[in-house]
Amino acid sequence: MDYSQFLHIRSEISLIAVIMSLLLFDLLAGARMRKYFQPLACLLMLLQIGINLTPGRSAYLFGGMYVHTPMMTAVKNILTVGTLITFLQANTWLKREDTVFKQGEFYVLTLSTLLGMYFMISAGNFMLFFIGLETASVPMACLVAFDKYRHHSAEAGAKYILTAMFSSGLLLYGLSLIYGSTGTLYFEDLPDKITGSPLQIMAFAFFFAGMAFKISLVPFHLWTADVYQGAPTQVTGYLSVVSKGSAVFALMTVLIKVFAPMISQWQHTIYWIVIATITIANLFALRQQNLKRFLAFSSISQAGYLMLGVIGGSAAGMTALVYYVLVYMAANLAAFGVISIIEQKSGKIETADYNGLYRTNPRLAFILTLALFSLAGIPPFAGFFSKFFIFMAAFQSGFHVLVFIALINTVISLYYYLLIVKAMYINPNETPIAPFKSDGYTLISLVLCTGGIVAIGIVSAIYQSIHALGYGL
Amino acid sequence: MNIPMEYYLAVSTIMMFAGIYGFLTRRNLLAMLISVELMLNSVDINFAVFNRFLFPGELEGFFFTVFAIGVSAAETAIAIAILINIYRNMRNIQVENINELNG
Repeated sequence: MDYSQFLHIRSEISLIAVIMSLLLFDLLAGARMRKYFQPLACLLMLLQIGINLTPGRSAYLFGGMYVHTPMMTAVKNILTVGTLITFLQANTWLKREDTVFKQGEFYVLTLSTLLGMYFMISAGNFMLFFIGLETASVPMACLVAFDKYRHHSAEAGAKYILTAMFSSGLLLYGLSLIYGSTGTLYFEDLPDKITGSPLQIMAFAFFFAGMAFKISLVPFHLWTADVYQGAPTQVTGYLSVVSKGSAVFALMTVLIKVFAPMISQWQHTIYWIVIATITIANLFALRQQNLKRFLAFSSISQAGYLMLGVIGGSAAGMTALVYYVLVYMAANLAAFGVISIIEQKSGKIETADYNGLYRTNPRLAFILTLALFSLAGIPPFAGFFSKFFIFMAAFQSGFHVLVFIALINTVISLYYYLLIVKAMYINPNETPIAPFKSDGYTLISLVLCTGGIVAIGIVSAIYQSIHALGYGL
Repeated sequence: MNIPMEYYLAVSTIMMFAGIYGFLTRRNLLAMLISVELMLNSVDINFAVFNRFLFPGELEGFFFTVFAIGVSAAETAIAIAILINIYRNMRNIQVENINELNG
């Protein structure tokens, strides 16, 4: 065996080292050392990003089980940055009396899900893909149920784990039919043997349904709003950005590599699912009063936009998809950062509570406004450019009507994003949320996100460098 | 005595769809968990049978079965832990009573 292969999986190895050192710190450090936990975790994450900054070259490792391409490094780094921002925002929550003693578990569980996503993205075989997917979703259920003495969190955890198991059951059934009809599970060998026979179409349907549950596309979205509302807010942010982004990228890899001979079938499927997802999620988002539920439906419709990058199956689509995930991460984590700090300091989460926020906490109101503008896609913020590129990629692949429907839905989404802005700036309120000071870590994370919202769109080098990493599949 | 492959596949297919049906209709969280287990186990049968009858020279399907059993055991452990936690909080695991999140 050629041991030099391990050099190519350095992102996974260094992440395992980070997990192990945090686990050991949790075991060995006493109660007084706990205040160093967060700085240590953030430093280790910075180190992890530093080690993996260079893309490296493409490689097939372990007999094709593990595939590395430069684009995957970019995606993994984006996911790692998202995790780092989540860690920064978790400060106030983890200092609470009923979570402070188990904050080590939070870091280790979150990083375990990240490790699973790494493997899922780089998989070259359905077995590794499945194990990565499960490594990403099993600890996620623990995270969702993390506030275990609060009913909402436990209930959301039960809903999440049951849906995750159901969806992996469907996905596995699809994989078993693929195995039965081709006799292999390697991505490299599969395209030659996939002919689009009825059995394989059924297998694809099961596989796609399983993945659609993870990405929360309509009609498989029913768990999303409840889980997002019940989970601790940081976990919701992580779930809506990092987990979703990795699943969409992994799905695109599989569709392009494995299901290439069935391209007309899966394009048809995605076509209708995108229309249903964007429209229905927008209509439901209009009537949400709870901000976490609102952002849940907003994230479902964003998942629909993400699928617009997948549908073409082209290099431009993949670049636009990765860019969209990056921009969406900055905007959505900024929104969740503001919401979580307000929830921790005042306990308020309804839209009506945000009336008059501008008078008492003008900076937070401003950041939330920028985040919502970026999510809605108003120029000159990054969200406009990401939507533009993803629409352009779908348009070039010939989906003109689809892009038109998505554009109409963008206008609808503008309405409900602006409702929140209106609440903060215009609606009067006798008892607005009292002014408070955020902690340093949250400030850093909000500054990072705001910088991202403003800069990612204008600095064209970012899009070009993602584009240069190219397709490489 | 040789049992043809189709017989095994009929069993696994019935298990799969019984699991889906049970998941969608049962109103008790433990019963839903059992239904999901049924689905996961039907997949294990599928992999083992395909490997044994169609591709007897290889071991890929058997390996997948082993991993799938391991993963589903981990999932069940987590799910039961969460259900016990719910039971401690609410003294109940019937779905209609667990509706604080109005979904």
